Amino acid sequence: MTDIQIVTGNQAAAIGAMLCQVQVVSAYPITPQTSLTETLSRFIEQGQLKAEYVRVESEHSALSVCIAASSVGARAFTSTSSHGLLYMHEQLHWAAGSRLPIVLCCVNRGVGAPWSIFNDQQDAIAQRDTGWIQIYCRNNQEIIDTLIQAYRIAEAVYVPVMVCYDGFVLSHTMMPIEVPEAEAVKDFLPPYKPHTILSPDEPRNINPVTFPWRRYDDRGVLCDGYMELRYKLQTALENSAASIIAANDFFADAFGRNHGGMLWSYRMEDAEVALTSMGSMATEATTAADILRDKGIKAGVVGIRVFRPFPKEAVRIALNKAKAILVFEKDISYGYEGALCTDLKAALYSTDIRVPVHNYIAGLGGRDVKPRELVEASEDSLKIIASGIREPKTTWINCFTG
Amino acid sequence: MTKKDDNISAMCRPAIGEAGKTGDWRDKRPTIDHNKCIPFIKKKPACFLCWLYCPDGVITATIPISIDLDYCKGCGICAEECPAKAIAMINEEGKDD
Repeated sequence: MTDIQIVTGNQAAAIGAMLCQVQVVSAYPITPQTSLTETLSRFIEQGQLKAEYVRVESEHSALSVCIAASSVGARAFTSTSSHGLLYMHEQLHWAAGSRLPIVLCCVNRGVGAPWSIFNDQQDAIAQRDTGWIQIYCRNNQEIIDTLIQAYRIAEAVYVPVMVCYDGFVLSHTMMPIEVPEAEAVKDFLPPYKPHTILSPDEPRNINPVTFPWRRYDDRGVLCDGYMELRYKLQTALENSAASIIAANDFFADAFGRNHGGMLWSYRMEDAEVALTSMGSMATEATTAADILRDKGIKAGVVGIRVFRPFPKEAVRIALNKAKAILVFEKDISYGYEGALCTDLKAALYSTDIRVPVHNYIAGLGGRDVKPRELVEASEDSLKIIASGIREPKTTWINCFTG
Repeated sequence: MTKKDDNISAMCRPAIGEAGKTGDWRDKRPTIDHNKCIPFIKKKPACFLCWLYCPDGVITATIPISIDLDYCKGCGICAEECPAKAIAMINEEGKDD
């Protein structure tokens, strides 16, 4: 029988972690992630989830605990937001460099200064180059489903996965979700096998100092140097796209829900204007596309689900017929433009898709952005592009720019 | 199924000399006067502060103690810590103060 529950995004994530039978949880509360880790600690306290909840004094330590647990073969989970994620930054590199399949829920929140507890995606985007897979969710169903897929992906390619979803907009909004059956999730997730033997019987020194060149170990075997290990991580990220798509397809077969692999498209078949975004704003863009179509503008949406590895091929296929591309995003790479826009344009550079791309920065620090405003922005964009401007200036929506 | 490492992250086994013979980094050599050394005089496993403090683990907790000069980098911590002043740091040949 289908188990439908009405839950917040944070509760969906906690239920997801429980269904994955995580063995070690370590997290430090921070708005808006707090109710996720509270819920999970209650599951453990009440005996619903047999796991070790390690209480720590900081996010840096929380991820350090997960790194240790994952190294010895435990399925480890953590979650954070904003400054907590920034405080984890060093350990994010260590987790990825150690090739540990940790899953982290990033409940997206703006970054200070000045203080903000509200939603944007600057926190996760700022961790783009740490070697983690990043997947963005558009609703609470996708949060629980993506979390389950995340362990399958991470443990297949030995790369940690960050499951990102918008603070408050999703984390504190109740929606009906279908909770997968525990047994079915068990079948979907084979047991985790660590890649390096680590036991008192066979001692290993993990992550020793590596010198610039390759080195011979104590048995005379030529071992990777720093650059070879970096190349292996890069290759793993590139190749992980296949595992991400496979996990999505397998999940769709097993549970009947397909969230689109690397990205998803909405009314793109004949679309001339493509609205692209990540997370909950991409959902709003679908409403905007409907309104635009009612007004006679052929609009569609490409929702980027996976930001790293960047879905270069999928983006090229999805935007093949677009005559104008609008990129709406809740982050800014200071001194340039939105990070998604930069990557998207780079993906199109060597193709025949030579259409104007208009970047919109929206919703920073929780500023509301409504579908109607995405519609107005799109109409403005089309006017600018129709006037012959091929490179419209990055526009900040709902922002008093004087 | 035999267990094996996937070799996707950096790893080594505890072994002497993973980074080569580091003794040639040394400017000063520790030399021990066993007649001042507490375990040697008392013929008992005592003190061994040099063994405890040596950051490279090249001193043995034996009677008499011994220092592996293939790997001793000559930091002088053993000489500094020795309560009996049994260890002196002397210049390596060709190295001046």
